[in-house]
Amino acid sequence: MAAITLIEAVNAAMAYELEHDQDVVLFGEDVGKNGGVFRATDGLQKKYGKERVIDTPLAESMIAGLAVGMAAQGMKPIAEMQFMGFIFPAVDQIFCHAARLRHRTRGRITQPMVIRAPYGGGIHAPEHHSESTEALFSHIPGLKVVIPSNPSRAYGLMLAAIRDPDPVIFLEPKRVYRIVKHEVEDNGEEYPLEACFVDREGSDITLISWGAMMHETLQAAEKLAAEGIDAEVIDVATVSPIDMDTILESVEKTGRACIIQEAPKSGSIGSEIAAEIAEKGVLNLLAPIGRVSGYDTVMPYYRLEKQYMPTVDRILDEVRTIMEYK
Amino acid sequence: MTTTTVASFEIEYHQYLDANGKPAKDIPEFAKDMNTMRELYRDMYKLRVFDAKAYALQRTGKMGTYPASLGQEAIGIGYGDAMTKEDVLIPYYRSTGGLLKHGVTMEEILLYWGGDEAGSNYSVAKEDFPICVPIANQIIHASGVAKAIQMRKQKRAVVTEIGEGGTSEGDFYEGVNVAGIWNLGVVFFINNNQWAISVPTDIQTACETYAQKAIAAGVEGIQVDGNDIVAVREVANYALEKARNGGGPTVIEAITYRLCDHTTADDASRYDDPKVKEEAWKNEPLVRLRKYLEKNKAWSDKDEEAMKEEVAKEVDAAVKAYEAAPKPTPELMFDHLYAELPELTKPQREAAIKRGAK
Repeated sequence: MAAITLIEAVNAAMAYELEHDQDVVLFGEDVGKNGGVFRATDGLQKKYGKERVIDTPLAESMIAGLAVGMAAQGMKPIAEMQFMGFIFPAVDQIFCHAARLRHRTRGRITQPMVIRAPYGGGIHAPEHHSESTEALFSHIPGLKVVIPSNPSRAYGLMLAAIRDPDPVIFLEPKRVYRIVKHEVEDNGEEYPLEACFVDREGSDITLISWGAMMHETLQAAEKLAAEGIDAEVIDVATVSPIDMDTILESVEKTGRACIIQEAPKSGSIGSEIAAEIAEKGVLNLLAPIGRVSGYDTVMPYYRLEKQYMPTVDRILDEVRTIMEYK
Repeated sequence: MTTTTVASFEIEYHQYLDANGKPAKDIPEFAKDMNTMRELYRDMYKLRVFDAKAYALQRTGKMGTYPASLGQEAIGIGYGDAMTKEDVLIPYYRSTGGLLKHGVTMEEILLYWGGDEAGSNYSVAKEDFPICVPIANQIIHASGVAKAIQMRKQKRAVVTEIGEGGTSEGDFYEGVNVAGIWNLGVVFFINNNQWAISVPTDIQTACETYAQKAIAAGVEGIQVDGNDIVAVREVANYALEKARNGGGPTVIEAITYRLCDHTTADDASRYDDPKVKEEAWKNEPLVRLRKYLEKNKAWSDKDEEAMKEEVAKEVDAAVKAYEAAPKPTPELMFDHLYAELPELTKPQREAAIKRGAK
């Protein structure tokens, strides 16, 4: 067992499946010899060959469309979008075909594939390299959207995503690619895509987050504990379809909910979770649902990035407000 | 300054039967077999009758929007005839001829345009894609399917088809480009029927030919008389054999004329020149093949009458089967969305079933 980072865990999971399933094939821009611009695919071409770890021409629609064609033949493509900000030319292929082929052929043609993309802010990247647009994909029936928050989850969820018989958008929070290490046993054991993770049990409020924001959320929970507020923390992980049962059960226990996300507030995953809680659990609430999010603005260039991103302090402020309702 | 030519290109145009059915001296062997040619004539005629029936179904409210292939029958029937069962077809909405030839049934095609996904659950052509409606996406699917075939070292070809307007899309170039780089076994057919709904070809490109768009991807580009089924089938056969045997992709521009509306929802009289259309009728593919058959004493009025009767029966039977097909039930919206329906969606399924037809 070795202590590895989130990006090393992504690499290890892909290597495991390349090793054990001949139908798995990995491709994208710079994923071969260069090992990906973040090194997520480092060493994989050397080990598994140019036939299975393929550098493609620079064309995102083509990358997604190739995955559609290969998956239709029963292969299990893992396609990389270099940054989520460049995924939009591929959206046509993902929404119109990957998400729909099983449905529109009554199950005759299926689309087992993973579309990977590093996403999110906080690394002082150039324009178009920092957005969190997971809600766009979660809105589309037929897709699953998965976001790991730490190395062990990256390993287990990536394995599940590759083995899943339907298309999975796998978004990697690049800000936390290397900030923590976990002891991860490379044993091929997956985590289910159908379940949230309860990372901290508590009785006063449920904090709900995913991706990089889990780190601020867990820090906030520790600080709240010092103030005598016992927070339960849930990592949603699969943001579509959401395991609402776990969230509703927690809110039933705590009576309070706060959702923390990096994405803009309106029309977001947070909006959906809040709506579900309101629809199915409003009578268990002791206070209004709180939301800490990015602003409803264009993601700013990096000089204002810090002001845009939710912080531990912003989470604490919101939770304290919610706790004022008795 | 010294200048040297570092690249140049030529595009060849292929025709074996002229508009009067007069054969070229080097007409291919298969075209000398009158049984084969009678079959091709019958297939094209059947497509024309099927189209007319589909139009009538739409006009009488029994089916939704439908795009016919009038005047363009030689393309799909031609390449479809050159395909084997093992080859894969990635069709677009005007690939009815190719679909029929590759084993998709008339009933399935009617069900698709009649608004039922059951029509894309092909009973025979199990690996063929359903009809691609968004323009040009299918070009990349064809390259993806061909990549899988190449990785598995199979001797199968992939055929896809697109309108000439579709070649203006980025996906067209992206799909052909990667097929060139990876030497994929794809045959890209361009149905150049002169119209993208109301937009004529001079608004789509400044190129002299659509076939030359292949050149920019390092791929062979061929132009063919799309109203000459002998030429279409011969060129398709060449490109398919090449694709199956590691020879790489081919782009084939088939020149024809859309003698019908874009779809039942269109009215071509708003933009088409009746004189041009009248001229185009002289070039259509059935008449010239019939003339060729007659010259070879392989067709008579009696044959024509017998064929008409047979085809009418066949098409009527398909329409009856379409009309008798069971109506889809609400749970079908949910049952093929994922391998397993998410928990969150299950109550919606139950609610839809409970509401039933209400």
